[in-house]
Amino acid sequence: MIGSKKKLNRLPSKLLFNSTDGMSNRTNYTQTFEDFAGTGLSSDFLPLRKEAFQRFAAKGFPTTRDEEWKYTNIAAVAAGEFLPASTLTAVTEKSLEPFLIAGKSIHRLVFVNGIFSSDLSKISALPEGVLVGKLSDHRTHPAVKQHLGNIAGNTSGAMVDLNTAFIAEGAFIYVPVNVVVDEPIHFLFINDSTSYPTLVSPRNLFIAEAGGKVQLIESFHSIGTNNHGFTNAVTEVVTEKNAHLDLTKVQLENSAAYHIGFTAARQHANSEFHITTITLDGAIVRNNLNILLAEEHCTAYLYGLYCVNGSQLVDNHSLVDHAVPNCQSNELYKGIIDEKGQGVFNGKIFVRKDAQKTNAYQSNKNILLSDDASMNTKPQLEIFADDVKCSHGTTTGQLDEEALFYLRSRGIGEENAKAFLNTAFAGDVIQKIAYEPLRERLMELMQKKLKRQPL
Amino acid sequence: MLTINNLHARIEEKEILRGLSLEVKPGEVHAIMGPNGSGKSTLASVLAGREDYEVTEGAVSFYGEDLLEMSPEDRARKGLFLAFQYPVEIPGVSNANFLKTAVNEIRKSRGQDPLDSKDFLALMKEKMKLVEMDKSMTQRSVNEGFSGGEKKRNEVFQMAMLEPTLCVLDETDSGLDIDALRIVANGVNALRDQNRSFVVITHYQRLLDYIVPDVVHVLYKGRIVKTGTKELALELEAKGYDWIKEEVESAAI
Repeated sequence: MIGSKKKLNRLPSKLLFNSTDGMSNRTNYTQTFEDFAGTGLSSDFLPLRKEAFQRFAAKGFPTTRDEEWKYTNIAAVAAGEFLPASTLTAVTEKSLEPFLIAGKSIHRLVFVNGIFSSDLSKISALPEGVLVGKLSDHRTHPAVKQHLGNIAGNTSGAMVDLNTAFIAEGAFIYVPVNVVVDEPIHFLFINDSTSYPTLVSPRNLFIAEAGGKVQLIESFHSIGTNNHGFTNAVTEVVTEKNAHLDLTKVQLENSAAYHIGFTAARQHANSEFHITTITLDGAIVRNNLNILLAEEHCTAYLYGLYCVNGSQLVDNHSLVDHAVPNCQSNELYKGIIDEKGQGVFNGKIFVRKDAQKTNAYQSNKNILLSDDASMNTKPQLEIFADDVKCSHGTTTGQLDEEALFYLRSRGIGEENAKAFLNTAFAGDVIQKIAYEPLRERLMELMQKKLKRQPL
Repeated sequence: MLTINNLHARIEEKEILRGLSLEVKPGEVHAIMGPNGSGKSTLASVLAGREDYEVTEGAVSFYGEDLLEMSPEDRARKGLFLAFQYPVEIPGVSNANFLKTAVNEIRKSRGQDPLDSKDFLALMKEKMKLVEMDKSMTQRSVNEGFSGGEKKRNEVFQMAMLEPTLCVLDETDSGLDIDALRIVANGVNALRDQNRSFVVITHYQRLLDYIVPDVVHVLYKGRIVKTGTKELALELEAKGYDWIKEEVESAAI
């Protein structure tokens, strides 16, 4: 049924149909996909995209009947009238400024509505052989052919399939063998839904070859609140032997934004992967993180922070798959939930039968600041090996009254004392970020968020 | 400066203070001793404004104002300081940052300009000497991972920084070895002057060898049942509390 080859470099007309295919969505994704099929990353990935679309069409959007989406109702997303964004809207250097959360001086790649903006991007000298740019430029690179789609896999759910179906552009980095990139690289994804409800599907691929080392920042922003913007992102990460990859994902899209992200990593022997996921805004945000420890002596650090208020919903789902012996994973997620905010945490750790000498730690701590705030948290450890060290813990409570009294008894006013404690609680996660300017900016943004100020 | 009159307080349904009266004048050091469960720590908590306790009767005036009406922070700003029996660990809040905020909030309430970083550091450096505190302790999170002695030294250090006029020491000697006790007591003694008063709550006489009180009170069943000089503390040390209890019980019959 893929016959249409319409180019979508014009603003697409709305494609509204009544639901006829069992998907409870108002956008007719079949029609939209057909319109979109020929665009984007040329025909190289068309078979991949077609297959993915068929999988998506068979499943439709997940509902709360799915165990994995039990507490995260995305009916509003499924019912949205989204159109794949295909135009580079006019984002100026000036309007970009607030989004430069890691500073102005570092390497940056800016994608507006999924399209790379060379005007706004800035890459200075990098070590020889390092490739940084848009995915489409590197589509014939052997590493892209090898890994694209294979890290996320084709059983990762409908939302990954939907992203794959709409692969158009994304960020790409390739760090060659034993190359160390000193300066962090910042990828910005801006969803501009000013003119119509946008569907943006960034598809990123980050590869560190053996012994390579790099620090990356992915940040998501939005412009416009008169329409909903929907970002459905997939990032695939490969750390080859002895590689060291550090990724900070920052979600700053506004209160009209839906964000569903899927980060999948595959780690090879002795590699280290740090990922910190910071969610400070958005209407509905779902962060999926799957890490496969595919070879021995790998270490994975998973940190997360979510500050939720208003009627926001933030869901973090993680899966660490200890497939082989002698690997380590450390996971710490913290949340502060205020007003009518909802938080969800699900942390799966699989320790396969052969994965002896696994060390796996998981902790999820939450503070509820109002009676209407809610948190659903579920650690899920499935351990099939017998010589392992695994622990998990989860707490959800109010602010520590003893600590609050202590601060007040020293003359610090109640509001200030609360801010101190919340900042300390949440700051603990932000402090794990290696790059200081980013850390400082995130501390500021987090404090603003806790004061219920616009970010 | 502090007048407590017929104070009754309870926690949940349990009445702990049952008609306590006490008058503290500027520059005085009052020791409050008593057996376990007599209400010593409750008195400290009620004075500092801990919300778990409910005052059912009586009054406390501090410089002529109703202390019980004030929030904990306002009490601190008016010059009250409680050295906690169990100082709270606050991970992620650095001692220095916390103290700078506290010092400046108190200065603000007194109509003084905030200290800048340079002046604040200088003040810290000066006061640290009082309790032989290491610089690294100020950079660590508040009380986190501190030993018992370090926590109590930190309380006295905070006291020195905030310059209160009424210091309530709640079993500051508990859990201290003799060296730590000496350091803490020296710190307190250095802060004694004609305007600053102390209420030293302790179970043992030992602390009073170092911090010599003007008056010693014995608290029993929520009331002050005996008041004397520092010799009373020695007598209690030698004879225990039983004779006091007997005196009180026989008087009641």
